[in-house]
Amino acid sequence: MATLSIPNPVPSAIEDAEKLRKAFQGWGTDEKAMIAVLAHRDAAQRKQIKIAYEDQYKEKLLKRIESEISGHFERAVYCWIFDPVERQAIMANIAIKNKVVDFPVIIEIACINSSNELLAVKQVYQSLYKHSMEEDVASHATGDFRKLLFALVGTYRYDGEEINTELAKTEAKILNDAITKGEYNSDEIIRILSTRSKAQLQATFNCYKDAHNLSITKALSTKTPNDFVIALRAAIRCRTTPTKYFEKVLRNILQKSGMDEDALTRVIVMHAEKDLKEIKELFQTRANMTLEQAVAKKTSGDYENFLLALIGN
Amino acid sequence: MATEEQLALTRALSGDGGLGVEESKLVSIIGKWRKKPDEISSFRKSFNRLFSINGHIEKCEDDHMQKLAIEFSRFHHITLLWVMHPHERDALWAHQVTHKNHHASILVEIACTRPAEELLGVRRAYQTLFHHSLEEDVAYQIKDSKSKLLVGLVSSYRYEGPKVDNDVAKSEAKALHNAIKTAGANKILDNDEVVRILTTRSILHLKKIFKYYKELHGKYLEEDLSGDALLLQTVLCFDSPANYFSQVINDAFKEGAKHMEKEGLSRVMVSRSDVDMEEIKEAYAKLYGAKLSSVIAKKTHGCFRDSLLALAGVTNA
Repeated sequence: MATLSIPNPVPSAIEDAEKLRKAFQGWGTDEKAMIAVLAHRDAAQRKQIKIAYEDQYKEKLLKRIESEISGHFERAVYCWIFDPVERQAIMANIAIKNKVVDFPVIIEIACINSSNELLAVKQVYQSLYKHSMEEDVASHATGDFRKLLFALVGTYRYDGEEINTELAKTEAKILNDAITKGEYNSDEIIRILSTRSKAQLQATFNCYKDAHNLSITKALSTKTPNDFVIALRAAIRCRTTPTKYFEKVLRNILQKSGMDEDALTRVIVMHAEKDLKEIKELFQTRANMTLEQAVAKKTSGDYENFLLALIGN
Repeated sequence: MATEEQLALTRALSGDGGLGVEESKLVSIIGKWRKKPDEISSFRKSFNRLFSINGHIEKCEDDHMQKLAIEFSRFHHITLLWVMHPHERDALWAHQVTHKNHHASILVEIACTRPAEELLGVRRAYQTLFHHSLEEDVAYQIKDSKSKLLVGLVSSYRYEGPKVDNDVAKSEAKALHNAIKTAGANKILDNDEVVRILTTRSILHLKKIFKYYKELHGKYLEEDLSGDALLLQTVLCFDSPANYFSQVINDAFKEGAKHMEKEGLSRVMVSRSDVDMEEIKEAYAKLYGAKLSSVIAKKTHGCFRDSLLALAGVTNA
């Protein structure tokens, strides 16, 4: 469930556009007013606000925001304003064009969406960037990462519930063979992980656990973490237990030293209107504090206020 | 001296000399030989391809009956294909490749000549029919060197807009040339760059690559790929589908054509009738110096012939 909270009744898009305009005018920016509007509107409402603002004031809302605010706060608001489909297309493109492809972003987008949701992202991607997402992933990623990311992004997976138990057992064995030999980049691991339906994959992992008393992600934990294995584990978890995956990502960001604001922004923004509530609840049981408390501890200023507004304060 | 009817009946039931059966001829003979059991009996005695003495009767040979069944049912088969949803059709053909050992070239044909949304529709239909994705079945059932190319081709959802980056196309033409030169024979399929380019780039971009390939290296890409049938077919399907389909049709009519090659005729005529049949007719005439409709009229029979001509847009047979 979403954590996004929208006032009832919600002001019209024109009223909201006016409030934003007021927030921009004069010296400095009234960030609280910005957050009060933008962080409490759903995708459709935000789109209407954008249109109303541009109609009324003859300038693009995003351009104005970029000139008014900066830093992590600006990046978060920028990501947030788009609807989920366009947002993911934009984030995928940024991740791909990065000096080294930012694989967690691609894996998340490719693995947590249903086949039709991912298709919608790919369609918007094509209209924005005049390339298919597959072709950009393939031409920017290299080696094993290319194999994995291309397969995850390119497959239009079957979403049905049927399970073939014999097949699950066979493929659990195939996975075990590859893992035992340390052949993490094996074509078979990539094939199974990227083409099987969620139900079939879950059944395969259950067989694996039954046979070896060890979950597949634990089996893939090596002493020396290598990026590709990290990617495999992320893909496995995103495909089967996304809530736990994102909870862990948040806990890693918020409870370890150092800080990755981009990742924090990404998780909060991408899930606030989707399933942040479940992630929050799990976080609380695991971290012994609320997500709000953890975020407040590690962030500050307008950035903190914006995130807290999305988290559902 | 064999009568005209005996000759005609022999021809019709021999299963040679073309595809399909001359139904109208058979019907007229049935009419002519009504109440003339001796005529039929003497035919049975003389036509030992279909009949062999067994006890007191001339028994029908199973092998030959099967062969005849195929010829008789070409019209049936093509009609069902024609009436089916195009996505179901393509999905069934694809499934025959993954589950009935039909030739992988059919997958290449579907993946490379259907527009992106159509290919997506085929994949959806495949899921509806078989409760698996096409990608997962291809990846699972085909595990040899062709696998990367085939999985990539069927997974594709290509950009179909007009924008092409000429510099990238040029460098990818060079990359293809490099890959072909450095790979051993039959190993070009292993090259990741070759597979990447062919399975992800838009068709306009690929056509640019083919153009630059010829400009930079003096030879057509097809010439350099002549050693690898699947890669060659892939390029041909992108560069000139009309030529590719003409070849499939021609293969069906060749002397000694196998069953699968003959099926290709129905497949192409039904799937392209509404799409690019005019271009195919033009290409066929250029390649083989004959009108497609004339070849069809000569080499096929009966309702099957008439349905092919109708699909070819020939109104008066």
